[in-house]
Amino acid sequence: MAQAAGTAASAVALNDVTVAFRVARGGVFTAVERASLNVADGEFVAIVGPTGCGKSTLLNVTAGLLAPAAGEADIFGARLSGLNRQAGYLFQADALFPWKTALENVAIGLETAGAPASEAKPRAREWLKKVGLAAFADRYPHMLSGGQRKRVGLAQVLIRDPKILLMDEPFGPLDAQTRQIMGNLLLDLWSADRKAVMFVTHDLEEAISLSDRVVIMSAGPASRIIGDFKVPLARPRDISEVKLDPAFHALHRDIWHKLKAEVVKGYAQAEGV
Amino acid sequence: MSRLTLLALQILVAVVCVGAWYVFSTYPVAGHMLLPPFFFSNPIDVARQVVEWFATGVIWKHLWVTLEESILAFAIGSIGGVAVGFWFARQPRTAAVFDPYVKMVNALPRVVLAPIFTLWLGLGIWSKVALGVTLVFFIVFFNVYQGIKEVSPTVLANARMLGMSERQLVRHVYWPSALSWMFSSLHTSVGFAVVGAVVGEYLGAAAGLGYLIQQAEGVFDVAGVFAGMFVLAAFVIVIDVIVSMVERRLLVWRPAPSEAKP
Repeated sequence: MAQAAGTAASAVALNDVTVAFRVARGGVFTAVERASLNVADGEFVAIVGPTGCGKSTLLNVTAGLLAPAAGEADIFGARLSGLNRQAGYLFQADALFPWKTALENVAIGLETAGAPASEAKPRAREWLKKVGLAAFADRYPHMLSGGQRKRVGLAQVLIRDPKILLMDEPFGPLDAQTRQIMGNLLLDLWSADRKAVMFVTHDLEEAISLSDRVVIMSAGPASRIIGDFKVPLARPRDISEVKLDPAFHALHRDIWHKLKAEVVKGYAQAEGV
Repeated sequence: MSRLTLLALQILVAVVCVGAWYVFSTYPVAGHMLLPPFFFSNPIDVARQVVEWFATGVIWKHLWVTLEESILAFAIGSIGGVAVGFWFARQPRTAAVFDPYVKMVNALPRVVLAPIFTLWLGLGIWSKVALGVTLVFFIVFFNVYQGIKEVSPTVLANARMLGMSERQLVRHVYWPSALSWMFSSLHTSVGFAVVGAVVGEYLGAAAGLGYLIQQAEGVFDVAGVFAGMFVLAAFVIVIDVIVSMVERRLLVWRPAPSEAKP
């Protein structure tokens, strides 16, 4: 289970975080209640839970886009206030700037940090090459496929070399083959320079095959963290091969056993039963 | 349908319309003139008038005046619309205070302002420019305002996470978004700039296409009125083609509606 909160080694330490939103007619909706989570430096943590359970909320708190109603977030031991400058965020929805080319989209993260275009452009080109899009530098996002847009997004985030990588169902809208390719690409890039990763997904197989640890959240509202599993699979991994490993199946069964009840609850709530 | 057939059919429409106009305004049907020449003139007289204008060169002066007024109205209206649109979108409180007045002025039929502008600014080009500005301004203003309000929250959050300062946000996110909305209304706003100029001229001027039409109407020169209308139509089409070219150049990053992905 999680170590004591606030350990110096933790890249992210969420301590009893509660997030509430004001809703219509003065009501309050509690999305996440007293969630605690530690992510060590260089650790790949997947967060799994039924739809609407506040997985993204937890990421937004870590990113500093959302202030918790109670509890605190520590980033490398320092209390987070305002935006998390050490984190890169890959969003679920399309977040590229549609009026910039792939190259400009990747370069912008360096330019905001003050790098001149003459320096940012060649490095952006290198990153486009790393994600396999060297030939598409001058395309605008609408001329790229969904998978290619995600690759640009990945390069856009990673070029800034963030210490923490937040990913919110980044491969959700992609087809199965593309997801596998993207997963392997992500693992390749990550193993070259291990960052702390918080990877939100609703796909348990994806979670296990990518991560070091899988964290389970209960169905919302007021969802909590209800499970924390170590993934005993060796690295480097190939996503399609790792799924054949018996350890993968055993773990999948264990986690699914715990998750199933929550998924059913989540559906019941979504349908207002 | 091949391009050639399409073009042939398009020309056919014009030939039939002009032909019918010619026949019914020249030959009586059952002892009755369907298009009395006094009210409808006829294509030959109209063509003669147009040719004469261009041959003597009188028309160029009027075309130039109308073009000048339209361009000025478009430029001033756009700059004002962008500036105020930006300001209101970034200062919701200011926008809330001015909101009823903006709605009020926008609801006003702008033609009623023409006499006031003539009174204030005289019969020269500036009263027409002012009328055009009141039309163009609101189109650009509403589009820019909308463009800034409707920047995708995800794109905005992404920009923040990529470390953009408030100034960089304006430059890399708000500004391009506002401009794209403005350019997408380019046809409308350019069209209204021309409308402002021509209507202004029609109501009192010393030169311009609207003035030409009004003069012809004043002496019951129906051929002149029609000739003015045709020249005006051609003028607007030429401007529209130029606008389309500019638009294609400026909005390369935008998907064409047919290839838009969900």
